[in-house]
Amino acid sequence: MQLIPCPWCGPREEAEFHYGGQAHVAYPEDPGALTDQEWARFVFFRDNPCGPFAERWSHSAGCRRWFNAVRDTRTYELLSVYRVGEPRPDASERDEVVS
Amino acid sequence: MSAAFRLPTGGHVDRGTELRFTFNGRSMTGYRGDTLASALLANGEHRIGTSVKFGRPRGIVAAGSEDPTSLVQIEQPFPEPMLTATTVELYDGLVAHGLPGRGRLADEPDPARYDAKHAHCDVLVVGTGPAGLMAALTAARGGARVVVVDEQSRAGGALLGTREYLDERPWTEWVDDTVAELRGTPGVLLLERTTAFGVYQDGFVLALQRRTDHLGFDAPAHAARQRVWRIRAAQTVLATGAHERPVVFADNDRPGIMLAGSARTYLHRYGVLPGTRAVVFATDDSAYAAALDLANAGMEVAAVVDARPTAPRLLRARCCAHGIDVRAGHVVTGTEGGDRVSAVHVAPAAGSDGSADAIGTAGAADTIDCDTLLVGGGWNPVVHLFSQAGGTLRYDSRLGAHVPGQAPATVRVAGSATGAHDLSACLRQGWEAGCEAALATGSRPDEVALPASEPRAGEQPGLVLWRVPGEAPRDAPDTRFVDLQRDATVSDVLRATGAGLSSLEHVKRYTTIGTAHDQGKTSGTITAGIVAEALGVELSDQRPTTFRPPYTPVPFAALAGRDRGELHDPARVTAVHAWHVARGALFEDVGQWKRPWYFPLPGEDMDTAVLRECRAAREGVALMDGSTLGKIDVQGRDAGRFLDMLYTNKMSGLRVGRIRYGLMCGVDGMVIDDGTVIRLAEDRFLVTTTTGNAAMVLDWMEEWLQTEWPHLDVYAASVTEHWATFPLVGPRSRDVLAALAPGLDVGNDAFEFMAWRDTVLDVGPGVTARVCRISFSGELAYEINVTAWHGPAVWEALMAAGEAYGITPYGTETMHVLRAEKGYPIIGQETDATVTPQDLGMAWAVSKKKADFLGKRSFDRAENNRPDRKQLVGLLPLDRDVRLPEGAQVVDTDDLPEPPVRMLGHVTSSYRSAALDRTFALAVVRSGRERVGEILHVPVGDGLVPVTVTESVLYDKEGARRDG
Amino acid sequence: MTDPVSPAPPPGAHLPDHPGFLWEDPEPRPAYDVVVVGGGGHGLATAYYLAKVHGITNVAVLEKGWLAGGNMARNTTIIRSNYLWDESSGIYEHSLKLWEGLEEDLGYPILFDQRGVLNLAHSLQDVRDSVRRVNANRLNGVDAEWLDPRGVKEVCPIVNTAPDVRYPVLGATYQPRAGIAKHDYVAWGYARAAHAMGVDLIQNCEVTGIETVGDRVTAVRTTRGRIAAGRVALCAAGHSSVLAEMVGLRLPLTSHPLQALVSELLEPVHPTVVMSNAVHVYVSQAHKGELVMGAGIDSYNGYGQRGSFHIIERQMSAALELFPIFARAHLLRTWAGIVDVSPDASPIVGLTPVEGLYLNCGWGTGGFKATPGVGDCFAHTIAHDKPHRFNEPFTLERFTTGALVDEHGAAAVAH
Repeated sequence: MQLIPCPWCGPREEAEFHYGGQAHVAYPEDPGALTDQEWARFVFFRDNPCGPFAERWSHSAGCRRWFNAVRDTRTYELLSVYRVGEPRPDASERDEVVS
Repeated sequence: MSAAFRLPTGGHVDRGTELRFTFNGRSMTGYRGDTLASALLANGEHRIGTSVKFGRPRGIVAAGSEDPTSLVQIEQPFPEPMLTATTVELYDGLVAHGLPGRGRLADEPDPARYDAKHAHCDVLVVGTGPAGLMAALTAARGGARVVVVDEQSRAGGALLGTREYLDERPWTEWVDDTVAELRGTPGVLLLERTTAFGVYQDGFVLALQRRTDHLGFDAPAHAARQRVWRIRAAQTVLATGAHERPVVFADNDRPGIMLAGSARTYLHRYGVLPGTRAVVFATDDSAYAAALDLANAGMEVAAVVDARPTAPRLLRARCCAHGIDVRAGHVVTGTEGGDRVSAVHVAPAAGSDGSADAIGTAGAADTIDCDTLLVGGGWNPVVHLFSQAGGTLRYDSRLGAHVPGQAPATVRVAGSATGAHDLSACLRQGWEAGCEAALATGSRPDEVALPASEPRAGEQPGLVLWRVPGEAPRDAPDTRFVDLQRDATVSDVLRATGAGLSSLEHVKRYTTIGTAHDQGKTSGTITAGIVAEALGVELSDQRPTTFRPPYTPVPFAALAGRDRGELHDPARVTAVHAWHVARGALFEDVGQWKRPWYFPLPGEDMDTAVLRECRAAREGVALMDGSTLGKIDVQGRDAGRFLDMLYTNKMSGLRVGRIRYGLMCGVDGMVIDDGTVIRLAEDRFLVTTTTGNAAMVLDWMEEWLQTEWPHLDVYAASVTEHWATFPLVGPRSRDVLAALAPGLDVGNDAFEFMAWRDTVLDVGPGVTARVCRISFSGELAYEINVTAWHGPAVWEALMAAGEAYGITPYGTETMHVLRAEKGYPIIGQETDATVTPQDLGMAWAVSKKKADFLGKRSFDRAENNRPDRKQLVGLLPLDRDVRLPEGAQVVDTDDLPEPPVRMLGHVTSSYRSAALDRTFALAVVRSGRERVGEILHVPVGDGLVPVTVTESVLYDKEGARRDG
Repeated sequence: MTDPVSPAPPPGAHLPDHPGFLWEDPEPRPAYDVVVVGGGGHGLATAYYLAKVHGITNVAVLEKGWLAGGNMARNTTIIRSNYLWDESSGIYEHSLKLWEGLEEDLGYPILFDQRGVLNLAHSLQDVRDSVRRVNANRLNGVDAEWLDPRGVKEVCPIVNTAPDVRYPVLGATYQPRAGIAKHDYVAWGYARAAHAMGVDLIQNCEVTGIETVGDRVTAVRTTRGRIAAGRVALCAAGHSSVLAEMVGLRLPLTSHPLQALVSELLEPVHPTVVMSNAVHVYVSQAHKGELVMGAGIDSYNGYGQRGSFHIIERQMSAALELFPIFARAHLLRTWAGIVDVSPDASPIVGLTPVEGLYLNCGWGTGGFKATPGVGDCFAHTIAHDKPHRFNEPFTLERFTTGALVDEHGAAAVAH
């Protein structure tokens, strides 16, 4: 069981958290203007890299806040956590993403 | 009476406490401090059971959890399958028998309790051998919070199998002093009988503590028998020791054949001799210690057979002094015996350069009589936990074993788990590991003096020997066992490599080696060695098979802990639950809630009760406990805007004092929930959800609010349990309400449909209610909301006020019937995540004015616009007494063809209706609304039930009844 | 002295021996007509049916580790076809029919044992959903029955059907033709037969790139060199997204750890397979006697082949609610695979926008049972550059059109 450093509460047991998948997938500004394909991409398609991955977590059994994390999906190591609205730290890591 | 093989003195057993036990039907005695294995050996019992495949007699090979053979079934005090005799602490009244590799579960419930506990520490030390104790002492003196676990009942680790001296005192004194100091140090937790069985992410280590097993029948019933420790450690020191490795030769499985180091443990820890006359098969110096110790204890040791070309000079001399024949350059090629080894065959080893490759047998075998054969094939560091922690392993060809390589930053290894054999080195490594771990957590370890130990450098390196060379017998099964528990032999391994397999994982699966109870603790490396030999590759090039948790077997019940029975999942009940129980309600599980399902009167079946409850609601007045409905208080300047995005219809335009029904879709456009939205103020709404989805809807709100629209000024909070909610339904509901709420103008114009009012109830001082005029039944109805605290009083007051009108409590089943008569869907019953608002015929609840809301865009997809989508309709069986089974399929043929049959949809709800005086159903049917009036068929059993398709609203289509 | 236990070896001890020869370990050749990426059950079955049914034998199966060492080696071997929707029951029932003749077909003892599967219902809505599925199954020609608690008890006496437990068993669907098989034997059976027909099985060969010219696939780059390929078929389960990304193809998949565990060998107590959606447990007793159990998937994306232990603990409490007699069985080994989960819990099998590149993924927790069926259909798809009728509904395009095959109710695990 991982220890997840909630940016509001500090490190807490994984069982307190809810996973929210890929981070930084913005709701389209005008869904009506999208093609079916573009809309499907928003609804169903997510990055699934083997390596660092920016993702969302919610501290659902704690402060109930959502936050973002970069986690390595191979080692499960949390490389960084950051609050909603903050930019993904260390953008250079993106180059390391295997996929 | 003392057992025949128990020495008169010695060992760490309590000779004052004699324990009686029964094994394989024979009554014997042992002492407190014995394991079942040591007690059996003391009584001369070596044969434990038979092997899984060939039924060969099997005995005791080792003294700890690595033992591959001594499988027993506990019968008393409570049946437990497949424990090794070496790990069962003896207690009075124990009844057990040997197993043929397969255990038996009890057929009665386990009365024992189990639990779990969390521990957080700076430094976790696994093992209380010399290295572990040094590490713990060093870290503890430095002020670190330390947890120390050891699987044995007594500290000492490998010292338990020795008569070592530390600081010129018997080792026990140093160990006991150290343990006492640790126990007396605040912030230190020392757990014996506790096996660390798995290492996970971020210093998370799981350990199983056997708290009362050793007490047998005296175990207190209130105490948890076993406890899972969930330890979160900043630093971990693994001082997990080493397992001795056997050597494979013909008939190496007979009872009486034992690992040399384990024989020393039986001698020194338990004061037990393994037999009367021993032969020792050595490949390293350590096995000589067994020969010498046993000889010192009075056992006859016929010979030391050393596979190495020359014997170590000093050890040989000491053996000679005891009259032990040392045969260097010899190997054991086979054994004789039945239920016990009776002789060994010893032959000269060919080859002289000391490498395993060069060893062969040359010359005729000599037979030596004995009842004990002790084998020392070198030592494997116990690297299971290290590997699980993410440490890499390195093959050490000198040791013939995998040793820790690169360690994760927070993990250190000390003692013989590193491959060290020398006691002083183990102590020093423990001290170093303890220092480093303490430093890493900010503690400042003091100087801790290393206890002085006898210097004992090995005289001569060991020889890595996996198996004694030789061919399998031609006419008989191979008896060179690699995995004794799986009855897998050298021939099996060679057959696997011969079949083309080169991966150890494949060989393991082909032969089943390493998959048994012991998970290959003693057989794994040997298998790798034999495979490497067969394939002509270096063992270092082979990837070892994965060390999977748990390190030792863990009972299912220990893992389930206290999450059993009523603690398995909390049952949520409403404020009025006790009343429902007293009234004889039956309950339905909805999510975690217990909801009254129906309230049968004495002698009533469900159908009768529900018809009666329905009739009361349609003709008089009925009362339901709807407190389980999810309720969310949504506040903030942008609350209206926010709800506009969540619901398909427009909520921002709702006037204060008014209520609107709302549908909620996922982004995929499928209905996920529904409920009412009440506007309490310009910036405040109360929304209700279905019972099962309350948490989901709140999470859904939070997710959007926090991650997508943080700029909105909106706050959402669950108030589900703040309120008791009672739908009061029926033509006389207004009378009942009026009686109870004298200050409320209940007139149809003053309190119109879809409005809410706050009022004082004539129930007691300060009892106020929020009354919502909504209806899920089509009847005149009021939903009375009071604080949960006042729930029972208000409920009883309503019942009393309604008595004159025959007020009838009703449950979810009647609620379902009433709403179905009106064609109102239940989310999760009429819908299954593939149903849109349009499919439900609820396009009226989908705003055309709003630019966007969640799910809107998906309505435009091709699939959503197919004319043959499944739509909610009513079905009336032509035979008005036939009730369709819910879940029945709908077809458009009156003559079923061979499968596959084209299905049009299915029956979602089906009831007998008091109001309609007939049965009816709701269904989702392809192009359903176009089919209204058509006859379709529903296969039921072997027949087809003809039904007429109708609109979904079957009762009071005009909606006249809601005003009373 | 006599042993109180029976001296006869227990049943299952004498499992059939494996053949003396399985497959060779060849060097990869420079080019193949078809390169199958992934030497698990699906990849091996695909190669087998390519050779056997379509006569395409110039085929390589590339496996980055050891053959069938991924999910094939890690699953709980449940085989059934009682899925809700027509599309699903089509392909799973096709598969089940192939299972029924597979031992003979492969000439390999795969220990296919049709001991039936019970899917338990714990709430009134579970009951409605279950009855709905039973009715749909029957009309689709899939054997299915609805059993009340007494019927459940008859099929599996050790299930606790007492009404006073937290989530009582209200009944179950029962598919008698469902069962289990020995996963390694299945993989090796396919491997041996494919090898015998000329397919190259290449282990320790990881695909690191996929080459295209124009819109057409031409080769794969591997840790053992470049291999030209007329067609490339992806059968890599949890790693599908990573492979597809090599040609810029984005998939609606996420990869998650899925854990399973096994007990020691026990005398037979559990005659069938029991699955419970509501409490997230599925359990059977394997041929030798060990209890094999699966858990729910771990929620987070992960390629680490390990999951979090609290999932196992939760599963144990659920299992003991259903099977109180398991209390003192012992957990011997836990492990995890990587499952690729699609939004509708149904697979994606078919063509891709890249010519000559075929996709078979998204099986989530249900891939093992589909092995023969999808192997056959995927081979057909590759051979004809056109989907087989059974995998036709499982396109990538369905996520755009909305024609999903939502099997969340029938997949054993809540995704």
